[in-house]
Amino acid sequence: MSSIEQQSKGKKEGEIRYLTPLNIDTSKKKKYCMFQKSGIKYVDYKDPDFLMRFINEQGKILPRRLTGTSLKYQRKVAVAVKRARHLALMPYVADLLK
Amino acid sequence: MNHYETVFILNPVLSEDQIKETVKKYEDFLVSKGAKMIAKEDWGLKKLAYPIQNKKSGFYHLFEFTVDGEVINPLEVEFRRDERFMRYLTVALDKHAISWAERRRVKLKEKA
Repeated sequence: MSSIEQQSKGKKEGEIRYLTPLNIDTSKKKKYCMFQKSGIKYVDYKDPDFLMRFINEQGKILPRRLTGTSLKYQRKVAVAVKRARHLALMPYVADLLK
Repeated sequence: MNHYETVFILNPVLSEDQIKETVKKYEDFLVSKGAKMIAKEDWGLKKLAYPIQNKKSGFYHLFEFTVDGEVINPLEVEFRRDERFMRYLTVALDKHAISWAERRRVKLKEKA
């Protein structure tokens, strides 16, 4: 396998060199904070179905970089998930939640 | 006076009358301390996401009320002493939460 450095230097004979950059598909959709977009000011801990969006299969809270939530609302989401867990509306640990 | 919301889980082995009695007791307790009840909700017997005291379900109830902050501590002490309570959570509501709770109540009424 030819490493990227070798490709860029192009020193090795017989290696495949690309003249045009590889066409790698990246999603151009920008992430957005759904709370700011839809004008929700309060994150309700009593609605576990809604909070399901912000946790992964193990029941862990997803990071902001994946959900796109703004910092202000990420804090509120985290508090809401923790409250829901305390009231046994959501699990602390789970397996194959989705 | 602050705006509060309390959700508590009652033991599933209780009979319907015992639950009504318990709910009434704490409602009277709050009113006697000068609280104004705004909403009461009965979510019924719900499955728990994980077992508490080896029980897999519980009766969920919700109170929404305004009361002075000093009353919350004695209320929670009573909750802790009461064996019928499996869990409770009291939160103070800010202005966004209050408007959310009002909208939620309207939605629930429409459903019923």
